[in-house]
Amino acid sequence: MTKSAKEFLSPTPLTGTTGIRGTHWIKHEDGKRLWLVLDRQDVAVNTFNEPVFRELDALLDEVEGGGWEAVIFRSAKQSGFAAGADLNQFKGLKGNDEIKAKIEEANAVVDRVAALDIPTVCVAHGICVGGGLELALACDFIVAREDASFGFPEVLVGLHPGLGGTARLTHRIAPVEAMKMMLTGKTKKAKKAKRLGIVDLVVPERDISNAVNAVLTGKVERKSPGAMAGAMNFYPARVAIARQMRAETEKQAPSEHYDSPYALIDLWEDHGGSLDDMLAAERESFANLLPTETTQNLIRVFFLRERLKANGKGKSGVEHLHVVGAGTMGAEIGAWAALQGMTVTIADPSREALGKAMKSASKLFERKLDGPELLAARDRFIPDPKGDGVVSADLIIEAAPERVDLKHKIYAGLEAKMKPDAVLATNTSSLDLNELAKGLKNPERFVGIHFFNPVSRLELVEVVKQDKSSDAAYETALKFVGDISRQPLPVKASPGFLVNRALMPYLGEALLMIDEGEQQERIDAAAEDFGMPMGPVELADQVGLDICLAVAESLARDLDRPMPEIPQWLRDKVAAGELGRKTGKGLYDYGWDGKPKKDKVKQAPTEAMRDRLVLPLLDAVARCIDGGIVADADSADAAMIFGTGFAPFRGGPIHYARSRGFTDVRQTLAALADEYGERFEPSAWWRKAEG
Amino acid sequence: MIDGSRTPFIKARGKPGPFSPADLAVQCGRPLLMRQRFSPTAFDQVILGCANQIAGEMNVARVAALRLGCGDEMPAWTVHRNCGSGMQSLDDAFRNIAHGDIDLVLAGGTEALSRAPLILSDKAAGWLGKFQSAKTTGQQLAALRAFDFSYLNPEIGLKQGLTDPVTGLMMGQTAEVVAHRFGISRWQMDNYAMESHHRLARAQKEGWLDDEVELMFAPDGTVYDHDDGVRPDSSIESLAKLKPVFEKYGDVTAGNSSQVTDGACWMILASEEAVKEHKLEPIAKIVDSEWAALAPDIMGLGPVMSSTPLMQRAGLTLSDIDTWELNEAFAAQVLGCLAAWEDAQFCREVLGLEGAAGRIDRDKLNVDGGAISLGHPVGTSGTRIVLHLINAMRRTGGKKGIATECVGGGQGGSMLVEAL
Repeated sequence: MTKSAKEFLSPTPLTGTTGIRGTHWIKHEDGKRLWLVLDRQDVAVNTFNEPVFRELDALLDEVEGGGWEAVIFRSAKQSGFAAGADLNQFKGLKGNDEIKAKIEEANAVVDRVAALDIPTVCVAHGICVGGGLELALACDFIVAREDASFGFPEVLVGLHPGLGGTARLTHRIAPVEAMKMMLTGKTKKAKKAKRLGIVDLVVPERDISNAVNAVLTGKVERKSPGAMAGAMNFYPARVAIARQMRAETEKQAPSEHYDSPYALIDLWEDHGGSLDDMLAAERESFANLLPTETTQNLIRVFFLRERLKANGKGKSGVEHLHVVGAGTMGAEIGAWAALQGMTVTIADPSREALGKAMKSASKLFERKLDGPELLAARDRFIPDPKGDGVVSADLIIEAAPERVDLKHKIYAGLEAKMKPDAVLATNTSSLDLNELAKGLKNPERFVGIHFFNPVSRLELVEVVKQDKSSDAAYETALKFVGDISRQPLPVKASPGFLVNRALMPYLGEALLMIDEGEQQERIDAAAEDFGMPMGPVELADQVGLDICLAVAESLARDLDRPMPEIPQWLRDKVAAGELGRKTGKGLYDYGWDGKPKKDKVKQAPTEAMRDRLVLPLLDAVARCIDGGIVADADSADAAMIFGTGFAPFRGGPIHYARSRGFTDVRQTLAALADEYGERFEPSAWWRKAEG
Repeated sequence: MIDGSRTPFIKARGKPGPFSPADLAVQCGRPLLMRQRFSPTAFDQVILGCANQIAGEMNVARVAALRLGCGDEMPAWTVHRNCGSGMQSLDDAFRNIAHGDIDLVLAGGTEALSRAPLILSDKAAGWLGKFQSAKTTGQQLAALRAFDFSYLNPEIGLKQGLTDPVTGLMMGQTAEVVAHRFGISRWQMDNYAMESHHRLARAQKEGWLDDEVELMFAPDGTVYDHDDGVRPDSSIESLAKLKPVFEKYGDVTAGNSSQVTDGACWMILASEEAVKEHKLEPIAKIVDSEWAALAPDIMGLGPVMSSTPLMQRAGLTLSDIDTWELNEAFAAQVLGCLAAWEDAQFCREVLGLEGAAGRIDRDKLNVDGGAISLGHPVGTSGTRIVLHLINAMRRTGGKKGIATECVGGGQGGSMLVEAL
């Protein structure tokens, strides 16, 4: 087979990245200009650690004494410029002095770059975030390749920038925009970064050489940070703005649980008038945040995510996904997969359902893409009323209503038409996979791929093995989940798998509390105070009351342990079609914006309410670990965070239990069992964990 | 001919429709290609007819081929023969395959008449050019002063496109000419139009179009599932109320003319070798095709001029043809063609026959309606009438059929097809 011309010419080589190689850096001599190219050894994505900075420090000696006229920084990685500090070095740090020394050392190198008396340019492509952006900001100019994205995600791991980023960004662009970027942790695409004034030029790879030449010969004018920037030099102005920022941040990340956004606001409020003061104060603040429990837990969450991600490493080879069923979940799965580059056919007997799926998919595409990419995503999402897509699909995900007979009928039709090497998956949340596998011609290619709603926000996907699933089919499923940028969690076929099994006692307890006459807003508040992104009542609506009911019934049927009684009024609601957010009415009523209409909480929730809700969830997770449904405690923690939004700063349910004390958790459960019944009886796992 | 499908034809409703020409071709092609057992990259060529390409989709055939996943390496070209474009694409495929050059072709037509551009007058365009090249504020002000409000009245591209530049007649006027010379009355035209609607309505109701028409899904969630120009309750009385649109005292109305619609149609054509290689099941074969021309002001008689030699070459007469698809540009023109074949003098003196060619039984002609009821997306109709001819013959047991159309500017195109 010959190659296509395009294959032959791909990928486009990176300008200026060849030269004399050190360990992590390459020197590329370009007349009187020196390119310093970061290519950290043995990794696919550049991150900063001590050796990288030490080598750079040595290179700066050469720069200062070498008669160079300009220095250009860039990366030799296809993935991008740099993703920031290697978080491994922040794990488990405790001693303050050691932390401070490390921070000082790294900052000294970045400060040296900023202080060079010859022009400096950073050429950024791909990811340029965190410390990557901080090094870029230390340069006089930033030339962005079209695909570059810039941001400070530090706040997501309980930090703020610590290599001068807070000071340099607030002084390079409009300070309020800079603060917004750092407080939300959101990344900005190259074009937007140019509008904000972060970068000076946005060009494709082929124009980089000319673009660097243009900035170095004074042909590019720096965008001014705007009139407001001057005003922000005045302390009273910053005080006023900072007050607004605190109020706004409180809604997203309450100060009760999160420190870093407020530390960042303080930093700017107190020192935003002077670059040098802010640089000095930033280090101090960063060093204070690093050892806090919240920060360490959030860093832990970052690594938990990496751990999940590793489950789906490698390409699945799936290019065409066929989804059966254009209900809420089928439509969500199909749209997300199409957004991520899959060709998706989605089949449903109902034209209206397909139309609705097309509409919601288009909305997702329009939110994330524009231009030719938007068009391509729309073209890839193919409503398939006749189900012809089965024939060429590499993977089929069935997301039909939860009825065994119906699914069996669907599988028979699919098996007759599908490719022999295609994988057949079910998105079931409440049916037994081994039961579903019965009657299949080829049960070995059958697995579970269980998504959470909304797919675009909840990264976790449970990948379920049944007794006859082949390793090959299971691997394909795991890798497929990785291909579409979700995080796969391997679980064993069992009622509710991990996430729903853990959630149901929590949701069921909330329903019982409603039954007892408790105000549902207060129940939600109890969980939200613990740090849940939404309370159990709202979550039940979000998941869908029909699904909750089906899962609860399957657990009550299949699990050999008592569950909270399902109130009759819940069944009545489901029968009446009040299924939660998706129907505009459930436990709450929903407005046009899809948000629940909540009353004021009449009385502050109590600690006891919180325990009654959260501890059954912890106990169910413990039972899943004990039963081998999930590999280990860390995987379970990761799953609950990325599948349900479990308070991330607590590091996951088991991590929370560990820090609270396994014994305390067990004893509190036992006390609850005395008061409310045997459903609270603690799992045997706790004693084992206590060791 | 292996397979084919089309979109529903969507009536233009005074604003740009939901789909561009390439969008329509994609909506139509995706389900068609999805059900094939070969990959979309297996084609040798993609050929698409389109009479009104839009600026953002030049060589719309290639745009559609890429968007349909036919691959970077898929050659594609767009053909323009006005109302004959969609048949020209099939003809190109047919002749290239017959010549042995290529084996597997995706050919069709697409048209979004609702998106025909608004055109600036030459004067307005000249002013805009001056304004844009003005460098100083003074020059800009001077240019602004020269602005005339009439510049804001763009010409409607569609109207220009449907006017013959050589004779200055609109297409509807050429139908008036034919009607006048063959004595076709307003009542006859309206009666024919009513029948067209009733036939399409019946075909839709009976599900005869279900295997031909693919659903379209707009980004806003709207599902298009049928030709929406159909008026099942169309009656002589309702049609008689309409005013003539092209000539104040003429007979051609919007009701007895083809409708302005958007739509696309694709067919898959294969050589014998490709049939074997991909284990295809042909539904029909193209026997022959013919193009002819005549004066632009009587373009409506085009089908007579192209079909007659086509039949002669095959040794066939009118009565040997089981099924006819004669594109309904105008009722006047369809009836004019029938009258011409029944006119012994015309047949002798113009066609060189010994006498009248004969009569086409109305039961064999446009059996499921036509452009009057479902619309005439100019570049698409040629493909549609061939596809539907095949489907209609397969349903009714017909063997030999002719699809033919008049072509704006004074041409006729015909294709002789044998159902398998």
